[in-house]
Amino acid sequence: MSTVSPLRRIDWLPKLVLAPSFVAAFLFIYGLIAWNGYLSVSESRLLPNYEFAGLDAYRALFDSDRFHVAAWNLVIFAFLFIAGSLAVGVLLAVLLNQKIRAEGVLRTVYLYPMALSFIVTGTAWKWILNPGLGLEHTVRGWGFASFSFDWLINPDRALYCIVIAGIWQSAGFVMALFLAGLRGIDESIIKAAQVDGASMPRIYLRILLPSLRPVFFSTVMVLSHIAIKSFDLVMALTAGGPGYATDLPATFMYSMAFTRGQINQGAASATLMLAAVAAIVVPYLYSELRSRR
Amino acid sequence: MNKTMTLRSTLRLSALTLAASAALLTGVARAGEVEVLHWWTSGGEAKAAQALAATMKAKGHTWKDFAVAGGGGDSAMTVLKSRVVSGNPPAAAQIKGPSIQEWAREGVLTNLDDVAGPEHWDQLLPPQIAAGLKYKGHYVAAPVNVHRVNWLWVNTAVFKKAGIKPPTSWAEFFTAAEALKKAGVIPLAHGGQSWQDFTTFEDVALGVGGAAFYKKALVQLDPTALKSDTMKEVLTTFKKIKGYTDKNAPGRDWNLATAMVIRGEAGMQLMGDWAKGEFLAAGKTPGKDFECVASPGSAKDFSYNVDSLAMFQLKNAANAKAQRDLASALMSPDFQELFNLNKGSIPVRLNMNMDKFDACAKQSSKDFVESSKGGTLVPSIAHGMAVPSAVEGAMKDVVSQFWNSDKATVEDTMTKLVAAAKAQ
Repeated sequence: MSTVSPLRRIDWLPKLVLAPSFVAAFLFIYGLIAWNGYLSVSESRLLPNYEFAGLDAYRALFDSDRFHVAAWNLVIFAFLFIAGSLAVGVLLAVLLNQKIRAEGVLRTVYLYPMALSFIVTGTAWKWILNPGLGLEHTVRGWGFASFSFDWLINPDRALYCIVIAGIWQSAGFVMALFLAGLRGIDESIIKAAQVDGASMPRIYLRILLPSLRPVFFSTVMVLSHIAIKSFDLVMALTAGGPGYATDLPATFMYSMAFTRGQINQGAASATLMLAAVAAIVVPYLYSELRSRR
Repeated sequence: MNKTMTLRSTLRLSALTLAASAALLTGVARAGEVEVLHWWTSGGEAKAAQALAATMKAKGHTWKDFAVAGGGGDSAMTVLKSRVVSGNPPAAAQIKGPSIQEWAREGVLTNLDDVAGPEHWDQLLPPQIAAGLKYKGHYVAAPVNVHRVNWLWVNTAVFKKAGIKPPTSWAEFFTAAEALKKAGVIPLAHGGQSWQDFTTFEDVALGVGGAAFYKKALVQLDPTALKSDTMKEVLTTFKKIKGYTDKNAPGRDWNLATAMVIRGEAGMQLMGDWAKGEFLAAGKTPGKDFECVASPGSAKDFSYNVDSLAMFQLKNAANAKAQRDLASALMSPDFQELFNLNKGSIPVRLNMNMDKFDACAKQSSKDFVESSKGGTLVPSIAHGMAVPSAVEGAMKDVVSQFWNSDKATVEDTMTKLVAAAKAQ
């Protein structure tokens, strides 16, 4: 019995197969994160420059009025976008779960926006919300001459237009996740609750939705990273305007790094965005990994 | 992406075939390859670029087109940066204004004095523009054209209907705008993008403050000029203009605004002379269907936007030779005429024969020469000619915010302008 089993002999094979992708991931994800981090404390302007400059770029960032606007916009946008998508998505999922006719068609209708790119969504909503072309123009054409909906061109309201377009795109995705969750719940729980005399809304609020906590968490995770890295939607819908009223950190980063010749400030804002994502992801991963153990 | 790739490879292929046949026919040895990064991709611009390619092919060199779409050139600059960082720069790239100095400071541009010296560029170019193409006294870029930024485009029929004449001062501008409003047209077609807001601001600063104030405030960035009574008047006038634009302006592209003037929906537009291309493309005649007049109060001034190609250091000697020929070709009278007839701008060389050009270009050329002698030739801040890109961007932000926000006050904005001037 001295022969080694054939399975043992190729023990190194999986490691070999995974090695290139591991190296690639390590280099191009973590390596580039480190590189970006170093650029943010360097003298880089037009081209990367590796002279150390300390925290100048971060100081300039916190002094910049535009970055304050961008960061504050992100807070408002992320909150409204996540809350709105969740509310609309959950509502749609609950309504679709009522064993209605033509559910497949309706599900596709609601899920379809997710198949579009944010650029398409942004461009379409830009036309819909343009006062001279879209909604306002149409409603006025119907005879309501005093109807006004010019949020897109109002610096104080334009951000909400981005929220509306974002919710329109993402609500269907939230709906799909929750619908799948609701379908996964055992019928007998509902039956038992009904035997106890609970009404349907009460069953949803007290039993079904609370049991979907994991779905809820993963939805928030996905939506919040979409919110933080939002770029294409803003570019297509308002391009950060009017003025820089709808700038987000991602659009700010792009203009600093690629059009203003201030790579260090762009890198600094990218680092802050990474920190924001990490602030959400790390606790989540921690709780996930710990519970698995 | 795919389309441009195939387009580029097709271009490259046809360029190669042409060069090969040219080499066979004329027996040119040691022909080099010039790769030029540009974003002349729209109608007239593309034609102008083809003219340059043909010139180079006639000299026996290979033309490698490196066109990156996107009018402002942002994406082109990103591509250029990656090429330069990886040690493989193109022969020339469309870089202008103080950015030339920024690139030269990185030590990647080549010295063109061996072409510029024998060809007397110093005498052919206005000193101010020549200075912009040099780094530490040596030429590093070759100019191709001059755009005048301070133009006011006027629809003649609309003006006749309203019974008014093109305005020559800001006071007259507002009288004309009122008359147009009464006649039921939008007085001023505007596109609410930050660079267009900034272009309008620049026109107002030049018209209200004059060339001396403009230079002091927007070129030398003197804090006392940026926070002066003149600047107060500039900002007040600038904000007043907004009342004469329509509310759908935010985000509108400049050519759509020009189209409004062409169709007679709007009476005027403040825009550089690239707007002329739109009028001509719509079959309109200058002097008859539309008029080009200097923006109010700036008849004697000329704010310029000079396109130029900065030349990079190349390792291959044959390619470097081709690059020299390119620089020489760019400055030749033939090319300057051909290119600018197609692009709508005027030649940067002084003393050119302007017979083939239209009335607007002739006027522009005359003002260019006169203002260069009279010291009223100023670099356009809105088009990257006056200050480094970081300062330009920061000031553009302030001006755009002032234009768009009803809460921004004049005092506040001046303080912010002073702060923006220090962005480095």
